[in-house]
Amino acid sequence: MSAAMDTESTYSGYSHYSGHSKKAHRQGSRDRHKSPRSKDGSRSEKSVTIQTPPAEPLLGNDASRTEEGQDDNWGETTTAITGTSEHSISQEDIARISKDLEDSVGLDCKRYLGLTVAAVLGLLVFLTPIAFILLPQILWRDDLEPCGTVCEGLFISVAFKLLILLIGTWALFFRQPKADIPRVFVFRALLMVLIFLFVFSYWLFYGVRILDSKDTNYQGIVQYAVSLVDALLFIHYLAIVLLELRQLQPMFTVKVVRSTDGESRYYSLGHLSIQRAALVVLENYYRDFPVYNPALLTASKSRAAKHMAGLKVYNVDGPGNNASGQSRAMIAAAARRRDSSHNELYYEEADHERRVKKRRARLVVAVEEAFTHIKRLQAEEQQKAPGEMMDSREAAQAIFPSMARALQKYLRTTRQQQYHSMESILQHLSFCITNNMTPKAFLERYLSPGPTLQYDRDRWFSKQWTLVSEEAVTSGLQDGIVFVLKCLDFSLVANVKKIPFIKLSEEFIDPKSHKFVLRLQSETSV
Amino acid sequence: LGAQLYNGVSALLPAGRFLFCCHRQRIEIHKLRQGDNLILGFSIGGGIDQDPTQNPFSEDKTDKGIYVTRVTEGGPAEIAGLQIGDKIMQVNGWDMTMVTHDQARKRLTKRNEEVVRLLVTRQSLQKAVQQSMMS
Repeated sequence: MSAAMDTESTYSGYSHYSGHSKKAHRQGSRDRHKSPRSKDGSRSEKSVTIQTPPAEPLLGNDASRTEEGQDDNWGETTTAITGTSEHSISQEDIARISKDLEDSVGLDCKRYLGLTVAAVLGLLVFLTPIAFILLPQILWRDDLEPCGTVCEGLFISVAFKLLILLIGTWALFFRQPKADIPRVFVFRALLMVLIFLFVFSYWLFYGVRILDSKDTNYQGIVQYAVSLVDALLFIHYLAIVLLELRQLQPMFTVKVVRSTDGESRYYSLGHLSIQRAALVVLENYYRDFPVYNPALLTASKSRAAKHMAGLKVYNVDGPGNNASGQSRAMIAAAARRRDSSHNELYYEEADHERRVKKRRARLVVAVEEAFTHIKRLQAEEQQKAPGEMMDSREAAQAIFPSMARALQKYLRTTRQQQYHSMESILQHLSFCITNNMTPKAFLERYLSPGPTLQYDRDRWFSKQWTLVSEEAVTSGLQDGIVFVLKCLDFSLVANVKKIPFIKLSEEFIDPKSHKFVLRLQSETSV
Repeated sequence: LGAQLYNGVSALLPAGRFLFCCHRQRIEIHKLRQGDNLILGFSIGGGIDQDPTQNPFSEDKTDKGIYVTRVTEGGPAEIAGLQIGDKIMQVNGWDMTMVTHDQARKRLTKRNEEVVRLLVTRQSLQKAVQQSMMS
């Protein structure tokens, strides 16, 4: 942080606070807990956030599952190309592939092999009907029977069907691949095999029956080509159903729990393979889960360590090292031990919450006051006072110092300070000023940790993921499957449950059947 | 104004297995003349046309019988030993377990009667007898 920000250390911050507390005649327990608190604070100041080292390809992480080395540049979220894709690819994709080839360090033959196979197949398939129609014209033009309007009609229909096929293929398959998955995409592979067999059989038939025998019935040949295009359109329909529609209807609910702090979310999925389900979970992870903050995790471990510390096992029964018996004895003794760590936790948490609320109140007031200094100039006013006008960036820089200290203190208290640099805060401030946001809207980003996507990429702890699963990753989801998505610092455990079969019955209520009586309880004196 | 009290414990079968509901008490109330009216000095609630779930005194909330909801201090009912929460089973021989509220009121306030003899059931009495049977 630059000099404009508050540079007082955490220690002085706490003594400043405890000075206030004495004045306010608060209970002494807070002073009693000052020392462990400040120790925690200084520990969090000293602990360095470990970022994924960028130049290290992630190999050997459960290598049985990942058969290819991952691209080290932001493995799963940028333009890495999937293993297989349907039909042909456009020129932009080829350009992008070559750019990626230059960028990436680890070249991946399997991935690009699949891609080239798909491209070649797509091109072949697209040109086949045209070839079927043109080859007789080229080879034995003079022998062909003339066919007038019928053939022309068929030519038009072939042309339009091919155009529709082209557009449909573009819409369905020419999409920027968003992930790099470990195993081949089963349905796509199946479809490619199907198309290949189909086209192959058509060529076989064509070669044997038409080319060899030099069939003169041109109309029949053209109709043969038309039937091929029709069948291709139906295969495209099959592709849509298999790849897109089948997974839309929700069949399973996945509960995803983050291993470090227990954050959990539920997602609904359709019939997907495990790897695709993992992709869905990861895409939603970046949006739904609050960002992973290692600074928040140190407290519980230290508590647990303190609980077991101070117990020693003495063996009075003679020699013989019964290690498991000793550890069991230690656990039993620790469980029976009456210590006040729960008290400490309770007071610490209550204290922390109070402190956070106080700092938050100061922050809100400071920001509100800062925002009152800025006023937007209307168009007609803009000509009147040209000297003092600032753009939003300068306005942000002007009001930033008045709120900087309160903001930094708040971020320190909630352990978020490494997620927001001064530059990012200034940018956000100018963004809010430009869009007429209120102070509360500006503060929304800082008051509580947001999803991972909100922060700068360098702050993410989760860039490369490994899928750990007991079943094959291309097998479909079933009830009770558990898979784990591991990254370096934490893991996401996903538990799949089937949505129950719902028996819905109907009951008809006559609108006239809503009748009521008065229920009385009167008391009569006699 | 005299009061006649005699406990009637009825329907006690041997071995005490079955306990039919009533441990009854017979209470004789002499009406007090107040001006033109003869009053008994208590209030009733309940009846087959009323809501039994709102009855605070009944043990079974589907019981639509007539219950004593208030006993005025020093009135003839209190002197006779009627207590709040008693369920009135009979009045002068007329059954009160299946009557409407108004019918019950009429049976109690007949102008030509000076004495009403009630057969009441009391929960505390029931419990006391039950406990003595258990021991």
